[in-house]
Amino acid sequence: MSKRIGLEASHAAAEAARMADVDVIAAYPITPQTHIPERLAEMVANGELNAAYIPVESEHSAMSTCVGAAAVGARTFTATAGPGLEYMHNVLYVASAMRLPVIMTVANRALSAPLSIWGDHSDAMSVRDTGWIQVFCQNSQEAFDMTLWAFRVGEDAGVLLPVMVHFDGFHLTHVTEPVILPEQEEVDKFLPKFHYPFALDPDKPMTLGAYAPPDIYSEAKIAQEVALRKSKDVVIKGFEEFKNIFGRCYHAVEPYGMQEAKTLLLTMGSFSETAKVVIDERTNRGESIGLINLRLWRPFPFKELRQAVKGAETLIVFDRCISFGGPGGPVHSEIKSALYNMPRRPKVVSFVGGLGGRDVSMKDFEHVIDRGREIAENGSKGLYETVGIRGKVTDIRG
Amino acid sequence: MMKKRLKAGFDFTWRDMEVGNVITEAGNAALRKTGDWRTQRPITDTEKCNKCSLCWLHCPDAAIKPLEDGYYESDLFYCKGCGICAKVCPKGAITMIEEEEK
Repeated sequence: MSKRIGLEASHAAAEAARMADVDVIAAYPITPQTHIPERLAEMVANGELNAAYIPVESEHSAMSTCVGAAAVGARTFTATAGPGLEYMHNVLYVASAMRLPVIMTVANRALSAPLSIWGDHSDAMSVRDTGWIQVFCQNSQEAFDMTLWAFRVGEDAGVLLPVMVHFDGFHLTHVTEPVILPEQEEVDKFLPKFHYPFALDPDKPMTLGAYAPPDIYSEAKIAQEVALRKSKDVVIKGFEEFKNIFGRCYHAVEPYGMQEAKTLLLTMGSFSETAKVVIDERTNRGESIGLINLRLWRPFPFKELRQAVKGAETLIVFDRCISFGGPGGPVHSEIKSALYNMPRRPKVVSFVGGLGGRDVSMKDFEHVIDRGREIAENGSKGLYETVGIRGKVTDIRG
Repeated sequence: MMKKRLKAGFDFTWRDMEVGNVITEAGNAALRKTGDWRTQRPITDTEKCNKCSLCWLHCPDAAIKPLEDGYYESDLFYCKGCGICAKVCPKGAITMIEEEEK
């Protein structure tokens, strides 16, 4: 029997790592991720989890340690946030290119300066191209579910890629919600033992992480790119297996509200749940409106997205990150290019808000929807619009 | 780095790359032509050479080969053209010439 208890997303993710029976945890504490490694350190110290907990001196070392641990075939877990993710940036590329399935939860945090410990998606967007499988969570239950799912997918013999599970700093990491925890037997059924085919072994010497001259590097990178794109089949299969065992159903792209609605709002992470309340109220009034919660960020779900926006006239994309000097919110840019070559596509409108922990209320989403429709209809001189900024923003022109 | 043992050179496609570019066998660097970024190459004058072997000892790669007759020759498959052999030769028997020169 599964049990329903109150947990914050941080402790839910730590619980998932414990139930996955991780072998190695190497992490450096950083707000708002701190509760995750703290809880795991406690579990190891109490004998609840038989794992090596390696306290390191930085995030660069944390990820480097994870790379080494995964290379000997250990089930490996870490967690970070904002500037910590930036500090391990170059090692993120090493983990994915060496095909080491490190599983990492990211408590999404803004980037300095000005110093901010609060949440937005600037950290996630900066690691977009690191070659990791990446998903976003809406609540604590999903933080548990996606962390468990990440091990299943990343360690699959046909995938062997690291997975990043994003959930919003403070809005999720520090909020206690009801979470359904499964039985260990169910977890063991879902998650087989990890067998890394190229684990370092003194009896079978191999070279890992070798140097590649210009004549090899390009082939290596294309092989990596194809592997990440091909991983989508297992990503989807993982969702199905998860549903079969635990009963909760996840998708790469999750439409909500009215089917084939004329106006669609697209959000990622915990803010999707606020937006859903607005969508509910409007659909109850008979408005043709829906929401797309984008769960899978990498590999990007092109087919599912195109299917989900079919028939829509306006697609409003809400970003929690600025792409400085760029074409608009980073998620919006990707959505736009994913749809650009479609013969019939909705008008795509970009909104940016919720930076550095700023709340985006139902009222704000009402504004985003109404103003978004207006822009879709009449056009706008601006590349994107903001929500919740004091003072009129007029200078973001293309 | 490759699934199967390949001949010298780069006659393989991206599909032949092992997962994570792992090298599963030892000694395959010998098969890789790494002497292709050289701008200068060493020319040995056997008239001046006294077979002292300093060039062979100092070469940071494995690009100087001892010959049966006791002389030494540069293996241009590996030689990066660093010029150390020419510098250490006590007889001035090794000259570095531009790659473009024949």
